[in-house]
Amino acid sequence: MLRAIWLIVRKDLTVEVRSRELAYTTLFFAISCVLVFAFSLVQEGRAAEGVGAGVLWMTIMFAGNLALGRTFERERQSETLRALMLVPAPRPAVYLGKLTGIVLLLLLTEGVLVPLVALLFQAELLAHPFWLVSVVAMGTLGFAAVGTLFAAMLVRARSRDVLLPVLLYPITVPVIIAGVRGTMAIAQPDFEVAVVRFWFSLLVAFDVVFITLALWTFEPVMTD
Amino acid sequence: MPKWFSPAVLVCGVMFAISPLVIAQAPYESTMGLVQKVFYYHMPSAWVFLTASVVCGIASARFLATGNPRHDRTALAAAEMAVLFGLVTLVTGPLWARKAWGTWWVWDARITSSLVGWMIAWAYLILRQYGGPGSEKLAAGLALFGMANVPFIYVSVNYWRTIHPATTVVPKLPFSMGFPLLFCLAAFYFLMFLLMKLRVRVAEQQARLDAIYLSLDEQA
Repeated sequence: MLRAIWLIVRKDLTVEVRSRELAYTTLFFAISCVLVFAFSLVQEGRAAEGVGAGVLWMTIMFAGNLALGRTFERERQSETLRALMLVPAPRPAVYLGKLTGIVLLLLLTEGVLVPLVALLFQAELLAHPFWLVSVVAMGTLGFAAVGTLFAAMLVRARSRDVLLPVLLYPITVPVIIAGVRGTMAIAQPDFEVAVVRFWFSLLVAFDVVFITLALWTFEPVMTD
Repeated sequence: MPKWFSPAVLVCGVMFAISPLVIAQAPYESTMGLVQKVFYYHMPSAWVFLTASVVCGIASARFLATGNPRHDRTALAAAEMAVLFGLVTLVTGPLWARKAWGTWWVWDARITSSLVGWMIAWAYLILRQYGGPGSEKLAAGLALFGMANVPFIYVSVNYWRTIHPATTVVPKLPFSMGFPLLFCLAAFYFLMFLLMKLRVRVAEQQARLDAIYLSLDEQA
């Protein structure tokens, strides 16, 4: 099982390292997103308090949506999805492998996004790096857990490009709420660890429930 | 349709026709006055909306587990009920809130989770409409996720502050207010039951028609 997951991750990484398509497009899109937000929200060199956290998470969601669509589009175009489904490994392993690849890609993007948002919106995001990394990582995992399942499901559906955000955003509302509130609490001058811990545990609970559900539904929805 | 269906529709129609009279009989609530009467439609539609969402989620889970299209038809009908009654809830709510709280909309736990739940039910129907063949399975997965999602939204918004009337209010209502409420509740549930029955029936006929087309194609 672990070996199968690792092989799928390695395959995705190899494809990505050779083309760098996803990393470049996602990163460029995310940066343009932040710039658009900065143009519209930063006035006279200042942004309203707490805006940075919102911008960070909106950008993660937009860029994540794009990346999710593209990873599975790639599998579909080259007809490798069928091969992936024929892999003599349990279906959940395929899901977990794909999920790991997406999470790695998003974490890479966030490595650039967080300092950029902190700089442009003058948000004290890096004041408590441990909590920031925890909240961002758990939020990303939750978003990607739902996103990977939905993107995989939609590969064979018509109008999948528009359907992915239509399905994904309402379901990931808790991730956005907890992510934004948690990040906001981290950036606040009067930092309260209890508040951040609450949002962090909510994200962890969300991740556990939704990854379990996804592991359970991946098999029936991916079988013809 | 079974024989009892037309008389049942008639009874349901009469119930809705006389419901304004029953509501008019109820006394005015001391602080909110006339506007509180929105409640007699707001709460029943919210309950029906919630019930329909739960039915949709459970039927979808059973469809995923068994693959029996009967559960899928139930889920589809329930999702349509959720969208319809959710709309009634989300329209009557602000009308009441404007007068009772002085604002059309607040991001309170129950309101937010209702709104997102309603959007998920709508996304379910969009997926079925535009997803092409095989989308019923995907929609079932969505319904399952939607059902698991609502508690999370509720908890997360509740952490701020909530101003919705607590659920403990209802059992304490005096009979003069309780009776109209129960009457409307019965009328709304009855309506939901009849509409679901009708919608499942339409879906069954569609499935049968598709099967006939398919067999004709094979013969030709």
